[in-house]
Amino acid sequence: MGGPHGHQLHFHGHSPVHRAPAHLKVLALLAFMLVVVATPRGWYPLYGVHLAVLLAVIVLSRVPPAYLVKRMVVEIPFVFFAILLPFVATGPRTEFLGLTVSESGLHAGAALLAKATLGVLASLALAATTEPQDLLAGLARLRMPALLVQIMGFMVRYLEVVTDELRRMRIARESRGFTARNPRHWPILARSFGALFIRSFERGERVHLAMLSRGYTGKMPT
Amino acid sequence: MSDPVLDVRGLAYAYPDGHQALFGVDLHVHAGERVALLGPNGAGKTTLVLHLNGILNAGAGTVEVSGLPVAKEHLQEIRRRVGIVFQDPDDQLFMGTVRADVGFGPANLGLKGAALETRVMAALEQVGMAEFASRPPHHLSFGQRRRVAVATVLAMEPEILVLDEPSSNLDPASRRELADILRSLDVTVLMVTHDLPYALELCPRAVVLSDGHVVADGRTYDVLTDDELMRANRLELPFGFDPRRIDSLPT
Repeated sequence: MGGPHGHQLHFHGHSPVHRAPAHLKVLALLAFMLVVVATPRGWYPLYGVHLAVLLAVIVLSRVPPAYLVKRMVVEIPFVFFAILLPFVATGPRTEFLGLTVSESGLHAGAALLAKATLGVLASLALAATTEPQDLLAGLARLRMPALLVQIMGFMVRYLEVVTDELRRMRIARESRGFTARNPRHWPILARSFGALFIRSFERGERVHLAMLSRGYTGKMPT
Repeated sequence: MSDPVLDVRGLAYAYPDGHQALFGVDLHVHAGERVALLGPNGAGKTTLVLHLNGILNAGAGTVEVSGLPVAKEHLQEIRRRVGIVFQDPDDQLFMGTVRADVGFGPANLGLKGAALETRVMAALEQVGMAEFASRPPHHLSFGQRRRVAVATVLAMEPEILVLDEPSSNLDPASRRELADILRSLDVTVLMVTHDLPYALELCPRAVVLSDGHVVADGRTYDVLTDDELMRANRLELPFGFDPRRIDSLPT
């Protein structure tokens, strides 16, 4: 059940970064990301400048660094790929930490790692300082199509409801002695997900009925 | 007597798969009444409710709300007049904040700005949830969400409030608080419920639906004390509950 806790990504605060209008923050994030992505590989001092700017914003927002670092685990697949690159890429070889690796792969991996880290950290900084509702309002102000904003709004609203259902289904499975340990158990997990999909689909229909009952005609009132 | 707020005549309905849920239902509810709609699972109660605001369309028969027939051309007005509170508040509360959710209905009716805010806050006051206006619905307790769900419908100033299983999943205190709120409202109520003591507490009149037919319509006390009727329609009172031993009944 939804307890009195906040969203998993949002860190409650009243800093200037928290108070800044959401649409400006979205635009700033977009501009920052474009600059980061456009920075050529090998220009390492410039990555340092990007990081300094980002860290300055984070310090200003007074979000504890540990809070952001913990949530950076989403980056792990990219890190894995970045580490792999110097070993699988072709071209001239070079020595690095006692290993013989591809030179172009090493630079590509380092650039990937730097860009991914900057991107994830910047996105987390936005998420930590902006309520999901404000973010949606900001996107609407930036003229994102209303239908997309509505869909994202429903996603925010029902994420906890659906994950809670998933949790209850797992507890019910485990209470009957089932724990998924190896791939032979996957069909059972797949059926659980199928059931969850049908439940969510039916909930969608009930929500739609409830909306119609209150005069919904296809346009969200503002 | 005055014209009924809710006037259902000869309503019949079969689902597209051929299953017939209602066979000629007649139901009249007058202004200010509180009526309980009782019946076992699968009796057609929810099907009947979905006809009251035109979500389902009658196969035969008519539904009128304060003289206005439920038909495509009046749907918007019908849905203002008939406020349905669904069983699961998570189905009813889909906006980001309580305020936006309660405002959803009136905003669809064209209210804006200060008038909308006044309407929203008045509805939230009625259910004692005004201080939660800025909270996201999923951070409220179940009982609070049920109350906000009632407010979402009250904000449309309906002529009849239809509640589907209002007491389900509530703890006893929340159940009693909701009863207090419902009693305090100056609105006609049709309440679908399996909670027979709740029906007796709140509704002087009860209608029993069974297999798509109205099989009883009278004082709730008379219905609940008619053992033969109760048995025939799979209605059972909770252990130890006897309506005959209650001193004061609602009038």
